[in-house]
Amino acid sequence: MKPKLIIAAIVLAALVFVALDGLYIVDETQQVIITQFGNPVGQAIAEPGLKFKLPFIQKSHFFEKRFMEWDGDPNQVPTRDKRFIWVDTYGRWRISDPLRYFQRLRDERAAQSRLDDILDGETRNAIARHDLVEVVRTSNRSAEDIQLDIEVGEDAAILEEIEKGRAAITAEILKVASQRVKEAELGIELLDLRFKRINYVEEVQKEVFERMIAERQRAAARFRSEGEGEAARIRGEKDRELQRIQSEAYRQAQEIQGKADAEATGIYAEAYNRSPSFYSFLKSLELYEKTADPSTVMIMTTDADFLKYLKRTNPR
Amino acid sequence: MDDNVIEIPKFKPPNLSPRLIAAIIGAILVVVIVSSGVYQVEAEEEAVVLRFGSFVRTSGPGLHFKIPLIETVRTVPVQRQLKQEFGFRTVQANVRSRFSERKFGDESLMLTGDLNVAVVEWIVQYRVVDSFKYLFRVVNIEDTFRDMNEAVMRQIVGNRTVTEVLTVGRQAIESVVKEQLQELCDHYETGISVDQVVLQDVNPPDPVKPSWDEVNQAQQQKDRLINEAQTEYNTVIPRAEGEAKQLVLQAEGYATNRVNRSQGDAARFKAISDEFRKAPEVTRQRMYLETVEKILPQVGGKLFLDTEAEGVLPLLPLETINRITNAPRSNAVQGGGGGSK
Repeated sequence: MKPKLIIAAIVLAALVFVALDGLYIVDETQQVIITQFGNPVGQAIAEPGLKFKLPFIQKSHFFEKRFMEWDGDPNQVPTRDKRFIWVDTYGRWRISDPLRYFQRLRDERAAQSRLDDILDGETRNAIARHDLVEVVRTSNRSAEDIQLDIEVGEDAAILEEIEKGRAAITAEILKVASQRVKEAELGIELLDLRFKRINYVEEVQKEVFERMIAERQRAAARFRSEGEGEAARIRGEKDRELQRIQSEAYRQAQEIQGKADAEATGIYAEAYNRSPSFYSFLKSLELYEKTADPSTVMIMTTDADFLKYLKRTNPR
Repeated sequence: MDDNVIEIPKFKPPNLSPRLIAAIIGAILVVVIVSSGVYQVEAEEEAVVLRFGSFVRTSGPGLHFKIPLIETVRTVPVQRQLKQEFGFRTVQANVRSRFSERKFGDESLMLTGDLNVAVVEWIVQYRVVDSFKYLFRVVNIEDTFRDMNEAVMRQIVGNRTVTEVLTVGRQAIESVVKEQLQELCDHYETGISVDQVVLQDVNPPDPVKPSWDEVNQAQQQKDRLINEAQTEYNTVIPRAEGEAKQLVLQAEGYATNRVNRSQGDAARFKAISDEFRKAPEVTRQRMYLETVEKILPQVGGKLFLDTEAEGVLPLLPLETINRITNAPRSNAVQGGGGGSK
């Protein structure tokens, strides 16, 4: 082969190599800044596609374009009402200014660490300024919720009124923290922050469990007592009904009988009054008849009407 | 591709011109490149095609072509229903699934609005509806989604009492969590559509469980006591009512009887006394004598004394009379003057 051809081939290869170094691909998920001898050149490139830069002279630096997650370490924090809780938060952020980001932080680890400082601190501050209820709950209970409790047969849980609630507190933290992030000019935008988990620290948890148990036992005692009370009430009602029914029946019976007796007395009186002496005579005769039986011994004198003839044929 | 290229020298025939070798290599390269332009999308997937990293199109299930080397493809299972579990993991999904709960207690332990603690396990079923957003808007989307789930669930549970969470509130919680989670998904541009949030085991924490059972027992005990009393009531009262009615009816019977009898007696008396009045003297005699006639045969002992012999009466011991009359028992009646005049 001719040396010329070889040289040409080498030059071509070198050119291709140089050209390839100048080409770079920006993915949908990436944004790029170009530096020339370490100095940033132009604006950040966020448009995906095949791009070109000066080979070797310029260098490309790739950064994440998507929303990223910041996952806080669980922190043990006291609330304003002196309760120790574990607070686990997460945040959402993105690189809004890759150039700044590149200058201040260089990589994601540095960014996460800065976010740790700011967000952990602000979370801590906010929690320490509020009572636990404010952090746990979002809104005050509506009437329907309370109704629901009553249906289950529980006392409507009387919950403390809250002033702000979880959502408002997280919004506050987010506001302050994103302001701080902005002021720090890290090229980062903080988009959201939320409490992922809030739990009692172990010692407090034990106390809470004990309280729950006591509360349950109270409820159990109440159910039992309610049952006994209700049963006693029913028994009382039973006794009352029984007395009422029996006495009413007695009263009615007496009334009916009395009325009948009175009526009968009236009838007898009316009839017998026509001839009291005859009644007396008639009734006496009936009585004699009824009284006499085989064990009766009659001792009579001849004075008796039916014996008078025994003495004389013509008495008096 | 590399394998093919490397294996060629092994089979290298001795008398092959460089041109032929070049042609073979070229042909293989063409085949490899063209075949790399073909890709298949499974039934449940959607493919996202990128040209030099830039999104150009999506394609559905089937066989498709892309420009070799220039276009790349990523697939997203858009049709598949995806599931995340919180507080437990299905170790082996089967007819009898096994679950592991041990290590995931932290996921399910949460504070309720009355500052009590509940253990809430749940699953979320979701689908990817926007594969572009799913791939290109959020880093590490599954972890983010899990964190979103935990945050939303705790926010909702944190607004309710422990009783509500453990008993009647389940459905409401599911629907509110689903709604808010979907809002958050849209807000975060995840491209996820939440199909369902399903609460699994919702329990009081283990140390507290026995006392919850105790409450259930007490509730049943309450019902039992009330039922017993009610039973007692029901056995006594209807019977007493019947007995009362009986008493009243008996009284009514008595009344009817009494009145009828009195009326009968009165009528009889009236009739007799009317007749009596017509011939009082003889009737009186007749009635008197008739009665004596009836009585005397029945009476066990009779002793007629002359009025003048009355003095002997105290001398006659009753036993004597009994003996005379042979009556087993004595029932002496001293009939004085009968009749009335």
